[in-house]
Amino acid sequence: MNDIRHRISHNGGLLAAVALFVVMFTIYVSNHPAGLTAAVAATAANKAVLLALVAMAQTLPVLTRGLDLSVGMVFILTNCMASAIVVGTIGEGFLGIVAVLATGALAGFLNGAIVVWGRLQPIITTLATGAIYYGIALYIRPGPGGDVQSDIADYATGQLFGVVPMALIILLGVVVFIWLPYRNSILGRAAYAVGSNEQAAYMSGVPVQRAKLLAYTLAGFLAALGGLMLTFNTYSGEASAPIAGTYTLNSIAAVVIGGTSLFGGWGSAIGSIFGAFVLRTIEDLLFVFNLDPLWQPLFQGVVLLAAVSLGALRVLRIRNRLELFA
Amino acid sequence: MDAAPILEMRHISKRYGGVAALNDVDFVAYPGEIHAVLGENGAGKSTLIKIAAGVTDPSDGELFVEGKRVNFRNPTEAMAAGVVCVFQELSLLPDLTVADNLSIVSPPRRAGLINSRAQRKRARELLAMIGCEDIHPLELVRNLPLSRRQMVEIAKALAKRPKLLILDEATSALTAADVERVYAIIRRLRSEGVGILYVSHRMHEIEALADCATVFRNGRRIETFRKGERSVGAIVQMMIGRELNHHYPEKPVPNPASPVALSARNLTWGQQLRDISLDVRKGEIVGLGGLDGQGQRSLLFALFGVLKGVSGTVEVLGRPLRLSGPRSAMRAALPMALIPEDRKTEGLMLPMNVRDNISLASLSRFQKGLRFDRHSEHAAVERIIEGLNIKIADLAAAVSTLSGGNQQKVVLGKWLMTGPGVILLNDPTRGIDVGTKQEVYRLLRDLADDGVAVLFYSTDYAELIGCCDRVLVMYDGGIARELAGEALNERMMIETALNVDGKGQAA
Amino acid sequence: MNDPKLEASTIPVLRFSLDRSVLIAFGCIILMLLGGALYSREFLSPEYLLQQLQISAFLGIIASGAMMVILIGHIDLSIPWTVTLGAMMATAVAGWYGSMGNLVAIPVGVLCGALVGLLNGLGVAYLRLPSMIFTLGMNAVVQGLMVLHTGGFAPQDHATDAMHFLAVGRPVFGIPNALFIWIIVGAFITFLLTRTAFGRRVYAVGNRETAAYLSGVNTNAVIIWCFVLSGAAAAFAGVLLAGYSTKAYQAMGDPYLLPAIAAVVLGGTNILGGRGNYLGTIAGVILITLLQSILAVMQMPEAGRQVIYGVVILAMLLAYGRSEVDRK
Repeated sequence: MNDIRHRISHNGGLLAAVALFVVMFTIYVSNHPAGLTAAVAATAANKAVLLALVAMAQTLPVLTRGLDLSVGMVFILTNCMASAIVVGTIGEGFLGIVAVLATGALAGFLNGAIVVWGRLQPIITTLATGAIYYGIALYIRPGPGGDVQSDIADYATGQLFGVVPMALIILLGVVVFIWLPYRNSILGRAAYAVGSNEQAAYMSGVPVQRAKLLAYTLAGFLAALGGLMLTFNTYSGEASAPIAGTYTLNSIAAVVIGGTSLFGGWGSAIGSIFGAFVLRTIEDLLFVFNLDPLWQPLFQGVVLLAAVSLGALRVLRIRNRLELFA
Repeated sequence: MDAAPILEMRHISKRYGGVAALNDVDFVAYPGEIHAVLGENGAGKSTLIKIAAGVTDPSDGELFVEGKRVNFRNPTEAMAAGVVCVFQELSLLPDLTVADNLSIVSPPRRAGLINSRAQRKRARELLAMIGCEDIHPLELVRNLPLSRRQMVEIAKALAKRPKLLILDEATSALTAADVERVYAIIRRLRSEGVGILYVSHRMHEIEALADCATVFRNGRRIETFRKGERSVGAIVQMMIGRELNHHYPEKPVPNPASPVALSARNLTWGQQLRDISLDVRKGEIVGLGGLDGQGQRSLLFALFGVLKGVSGTVEVLGRPLRLSGPRSAMRAALPMALIPEDRKTEGLMLPMNVRDNISLASLSRFQKGLRFDRHSEHAAVERIIEGLNIKIADLAAAVSTLSGGNQQKVVLGKWLMTGPGVILLNDPTRGIDVGTKQEVYRLLRDLADDGVAVLFYSTDYAELIGCCDRVLVMYDGGIARELAGEALNERMMIETALNVDGKGQAA
Repeated sequence: MNDPKLEASTIPVLRFSLDRSVLIAFGCIILMLLGGALYSREFLSPEYLLQQLQISAFLGIIASGAMMVILIGHIDLSIPWTVTLGAMMATAVAGWYGSMGNLVAIPVGVLCGALVGLLNGLGVAYLRLPSMIFTLGMNAVVQGLMVLHTGGFAPQDHATDAMHFLAVGRPVFGIPNALFIWIIVGAFITFLLTRTAFGRRVYAVGNRETAAYLSGVNTNAVIIWCFVLSGAAAAFAGVLLAGYSTKAYQAMGDPYLLPAIAAVVLGGTNILGGRGNYLGTIAGVILITLLQSILAVMQMPEAGRQVIYGVVILAMLLAYGRSEVDRK
């Protein structure tokens, strides 16, 4: 029973995010004119899953005490790519999907390689690579447009047995087949170790470099999956810098709301999923309560700023002022 | 010795910059033996350990493990060869669970993934082995008190099945019951043929455990002997040795009428500072002694206002001082100055030039309205450089290009420029050359003669004895004893610091 | 003192490396002009050069503020919407208060930017939040405010005559006013950095905040002031940009963030703080502006420009990156 107590305390942030989401979603559904129908759920899920995937991507570098400011750009780049190559027959479409995901992983790997071997700050590295990825996205789609294999797209955004949103199933698949194995792999745990204390990790014989490389690569892959889902939702690609920027910022906020520490070593991608759901539900709540749409961006900005400011609680624990500068 | 040595060092030297931390050392450790490593602060013990554990490379010499020449590039390679070290500065990952930490490198696996059930079972076994069944495997390391962390650290080392286990002050934070458990484990490992290097400052531990011991001093191996061959008194003598005789400035006759410049009452800060009261008079040099890490550093920081949540009071010239930070300390009734321990991170802006560094603490003096008086600044800096005899080619040279001694003078110069009345020094002569040390001693005495109050922490006992009017020896966050006059000698210092009594018996 | 040889040999190297990036940047500028001249004689005409300097001025003013923040080892990602904020508030005030508004339009715009900077500084200094994240959040808040402002109050969005005059006027020898303003801003920043105690403290905080704090420097105040300067500079540039394009509009600051940071970094300012001089920033700004101009003349689409920015920044950083790690 003692085990359970520990498990609960380890996942406090996650549980708080889940609880927050449940409360908000209940309020949303009970105030929605149509109530909880399959269609309402699918629409909500399709939107929320996009941010959830990007937030999962962001979680991985953050766990190593890094940051990926290019996730939004990779998201957009793969969206544009998918709108160009995930077309034709179902078989061709699947080939295109593989290519899109591989591109995302490659972009992530490039980030990781520059951080690990070039020894540049993750923040500046991903700011610069983000520009490159955005440039490529613009090259592929100078204006909004394109198409996507509609059979795959409809399936991926529809409902399983007419009830469960397929997007949620895909998200669940990512958690079960990517996140959980990663979390329980040597390199996944090494990522936590690196974020917790890189020096101690090195002294303990943890593969520091490989852990970082994998974290950034997997981040690129997950962002690409998000880009793919975006394409399935919109049937088109658009190289939009504002969308990319919004997703990057929201992914960081979702990570923080989901209980992951921006100082690394602590948190989980599942928390980030619920962080993303919370952010999306805020938007929906503003909608059902008829908040003037003009207020929405401000309201969201304030929520984001408040969320990231939670990190300031650390300052209260510090007893030697010199540690403030660490 | 019948068995082949587990670890052999031949002609090992290690230099940091110009300073030799180890000098042509031969050292041998055998399996099934507990080998105590003794020496004062800075004698070279920790460098020896770091080389054996693959944390640093030797500058010269050869290293053999089980007769094979090795060249460890990192701790992982040393561990693979069976050399495992329990470091004083912990290598645990605070955000991970105890179970994760115990099998961080090679966890039990199932289908390529970490088998957390088996890992927990293994953790339970390891914790039971060291008698720590009370630690839950799923507890986070950061939630454990320091003494339990140290036990986990030991368990982590055991999990690697070492052939040579190095314990560096591994019992410093343990409770008495845990110490007994650790002894039992060490003895059992010995019987299983594991070689053990045991570094400790506690004489009675060495008496109780060691089969043989090696004494280091000034980076050299002085002697290796079997248990019982030398008395505690003789060992202490060996550790002191015949020091290089420094010339210390004459000490004036103490003047009890001199006003108290700095006065602290009941300073307490968590577990690190316990109820410390002290007075430093104008014109007095008061030393802080004791083993490294007994709270001296925290005490100086507390007086300078760097620590939060310090209870107790500090007065300067009878006026209360708010412990809110350096700026408040610098504006006290007598301006205070702190020469920090680590000049590279706390004292200097290495890439900046000598002038910028020296004038940093006195900048507001030269800002006159909108105009920054660069001429008076320049003149003042010149005076400091001349007064301290800092050797530089040019004021625009980055401080990083200076020698350690000159760098330390730049730090001193920065604070002299502020005209301090109370100076706190945190081991200012570490890693600087003998000539500069002499100049620092002279400078401190001159300042004291001018009425400055000096509180001086040093890891070098000879220096404290030579320089200070009185020395407060610290032990475990409190002041253990005050030494002055005749009592201020090396034997008393070491005995108080090691917590052994005057007859040379382990207390 | 033990090693006089070391001292003598390393000083010149250090000096050289300090100036090297600036020299390289200016070298690149000349090469680009010459390369452009092969393409078209226009590239060396005074008219073209003045035009480039005028465009540079806007980026130059933004980069001046960005540089202050980078020098203390932080970064200001709220620049895009602070630029927009400055422009929108200035034009709105002019609309609301008539002739009185015209008079205070520019100061109000700049003050609004300074206020954003103040909040950034407070968050970074006292809450000790990573500047990267806090300023990103602040950017979102300002964006929200501006959406609300334009949508809710339908304020005036066209620039006042004064703003227009400052941005595009050329009353003295045909030299653009914007260039003069950049010169004034640049002179002010240079004065701050090299001729005041504050400037010394900025470098000290950027190099080693711990050591600066222990030397009695009020490091929080330094951090806050640098962010205030950055916010004010961005908003001022926004005011001028509104004058240049005759109106303030949503997201007008978005294209300036990356070029501003790139200009500062290309000018040799250390992204981790503590090192850099204003001459370098000037070089970086002109370099970026020329790069943009040439890519535009060659009809390089936006896509290629973005890629080239990213690659150029990374290449420069990788070239300097190695030595930065050793400093830690």
